[in-house]
Amino acid sequence: MKFASEFRDPVAARALLTAIAAKVDAIGATKAKPLHLMEICGGHTHSIFRYGLDKLIHEGIEFIHGPGCPVCVLPMARVDECVEIAERPGVIFTTFGDAMRVPGHRKSLMQAKADGADIRMVYSPLDALELARRNPGREVVFFGLGFETTTPSTALSIQQAAREGLTNFSVFCNHITVPEPIKALLDDPDMVLDGFIGPGHVSMVIGVHPYDFIARDYGKPLVVAGFEPTDLLQSVLMLVTQIAEGRAEVENQYARVVPEHGNPVSIAAIADVYERRPSFEWRGLGEIDASGLRIRPKYQAFDAEEKFGIGYATGRRNVPEIEGCACGSVMMGKLKPTGCPQFGKGCTPEMPLGALMVSSEGACAAYWQYGGARVAAE
Amino acid sequence: MCLGIPGRITAITDPARLMAMAEVSGVRREVNVACVAGNDLDALVSQWALIHVGFAMSLIDEDEAAKTLEALRDLGEAQETLEQMALSQEALA
Amino acid sequence: MVLRDKVVTLAHGGGGKAMRDLIAEVFTAVFQPPGSEDQARLMDEALREPGARLAFTTDSFVVTPLEFPGGDIGKIAVCGTVNDLVVGGARPLWLSAAFIIEEGCPVDTLRRVVASMAEEAAKAGVRIVTGDTKVVERGKGDGVFVTTSGIGVIPPGREIGAVQVRPGDVVLVNGVLGDHGATILAARGDLALSSDIQSDCAGLGHLMEAALAAAPGIRAARDCTRGGLASTLNEIAGEAGVAIELDETALPLRDEVRGVCEILGLDPLYLANEGRLALFCPADQAEAALAAMRALPEGMGAVAVGRVLAAPAGRVTMRTPFGGSRIVDMLVGEQLPRIC
Repeated sequence: MKFASEFRDPVAARALLTAIAAKVDAIGATKAKPLHLMEICGGHTHSIFRYGLDKLIHEGIEFIHGPGCPVCVLPMARVDECVEIAERPGVIFTTFGDAMRVPGHRKSLMQAKADGADIRMVYSPLDALELARRNPGREVVFFGLGFETTTPSTALSIQQAAREGLTNFSVFCNHITVPEPIKALLDDPDMVLDGFIGPGHVSMVIGVHPYDFIARDYGKPLVVAGFEPTDLLQSVLMLVTQIAEGRAEVENQYARVVPEHGNPVSIAAIADVYERRPSFEWRGLGEIDASGLRIRPKYQAFDAEEKFGIGYATGRRNVPEIEGCACGSVMMGKLKPTGCPQFGKGCTPEMPLGALMVSSEGACAAYWQYGGARVAAE
Repeated sequence: MCLGIPGRITAITDPARLMAMAEVSGVRREVNVACVAGNDLDALVSQWALIHVGFAMSLIDEDEAAKTLEALRDLGEAQETLEQMALSQEALA
Repeated sequence: MVLRDKVVTLAHGGGGKAMRDLIAEVFTAVFQPPGSEDQARLMDEALREPGARLAFTTDSFVVTPLEFPGGDIGKIAVCGTVNDLVVGGARPLWLSAAFIIEEGCPVDTLRRVVASMAEEAAKAGVRIVTGDTKVVERGKGDGVFVTTSGIGVIPPGREIGAVQVRPGDVVLVNGVLGDHGATILAARGDLALSSDIQSDCAGLGHLMEAALAAAPGIRAARDCTRGGLASTLNEIAGEAGVAIELDETALPLRDEVRGVCEILGLDPLYLANEGRLALFCPADQAEAALAAMRALPEGMGAVAVGRVLAAPAGRVTMRTPFGGSRIVDMLVGEQLPRIC
């Protein structure tokens, strides 16, 4: 597989691991006093576990698994709203597969489907658009979910729907942004992070400069990284090199995909269709200012919140999350998944309680699936 | 977050809607190329792009990919030398 | 030919002439069961052998779409039940076939399904000796559902099963993994993927006999259907009380299957197969078993993919190319395509 398998070379990986170890030793980081590097993106968390990098890397590095999994941080109230829309007569509710199992207060989309709602998994918002064209008598709603990587796809789909004059297509917008929650993490007084592995595919849309504040204002290095194992290891090497040299800069390991200034067409489409909400609720992290997007009034006809009178359109909600769930602390790096009292007890992949157990990208689910948890427990 | 995979654009299928066929390891899917289209749509054919949820999001910069690979290769060669040295030392010991 | 209808209607399930015509023309004319009774009376030389045991299994088949590259529901229904018998060491002899047909199902579709069942049965050396049809209202089925039960004979002295698996055994598979699962995902059309992959659907009786002849010490075999190789190995590890370690670099995967998995964020270890088995074999007989399998079309891609360890019991792990290792767990639910 071109542009993928070349970056899975074991010899290069071993070389990178050796080089990282030398830097970490020079810095003096140890298992007892490790460097805390946060991979912001759930895709990176997945790669780390899939290739076993957490066990191969020098023990003076501890990966902290960040909030970059849109399914994991989706609050229960939003799932409830999805179910409410999906259960309206005449609606075809379309979603990425990831969101099917996320629990709401009443039920997940999977359960709503079993109860008779017409819920369909699609690969692309384009497929939802096609369903709308083919079913003029039905209301087709797409569950717009994801960070900046995915936002252009729904923006372009809404623009396309507007051009075609489709009146039965709308998007339930839950798009969120990366920089704001990172700022919230950095503002936490108990924050322990030494550097960031930056999300590669978010950055191909927004470029590398939206992270400048992390280096400039907080003095932490960030390296935008690709998703193959040697990409990740090379990024860690770039980070520990910065730390060893006392630098804090934004660097780009993933230049084959990430242009410095991002993708202008995507940025323009996002700006045309979306505007910032005053605040948006994150599961485990609470409301974060300006961290979510909503559809601009000029595209109101395509806004499911307006069309169905649901969600933020009805005013500010206050829906409690589950008690005893420590997802927030795990996401901030204060607690390991195994340190949560609910891990493996009240919260398992079969019956997830918290955000991080829901998606296979969530730190807790990854711990569970790839056995870190049970190995640690034995 | 944000699963994306390199695919090669093989044909323009619907110029009006900016749709093209992309191929990943012999699997084909129609994708939207609005984000990577310049003035000449046909120039996209045979280029590699990062595909995410049915959209070509970014053209892959083959020079940058080669540079990264070269750096990896240099590191890898150094590593192999080191490993061989370690092996021969073991043999001598 | 008396049956003029193009599609099945409720009349074909009503017990009258329409039903009789459908059964006579579409089913019994092709399957040619040994008698006209609703009950098969069976005798085979293999049953007379002292120490021979009967093996009996049943399975229901639902698949969308009914026909896909490399097979259809009929082919799976025969191969699936044949393979269930085969992996227990039995020689399959007889099948039953029961059809639940949705009103509106084209008769031609049924004819094609039945023809491929007959073809697979002939290849596997089994006879379809009894059957049943029911018709349900439109919307209450998915074209056709098929249930097959199978009877086979285990020759005297043959002991094959998970409990026989021992540490040190080698795990073999008979070819590339996940073709069937990837084919069905693409064939469903709702993900708008296309490729030239075909289902691996195949009966494995001859393969198993060839492997057993070459490597009589084979301990266990299991077909890797729903849940893929990962689920099969977890079952065996649990039943045998052993650990299994896979070698990621040894896993045979077609490029297209990797492609489907990369696009949809799926793990090929969990993709369904319909013509693949995992074989547990003492290390000193592994090469002989592999050579015997590779001599047959359904075993051409046979390779060793892992080995059995003493502990921890029930655990399946995979060594990654970097020397790391990860646990390969049972899947919680269905594998869903993901974006993130």
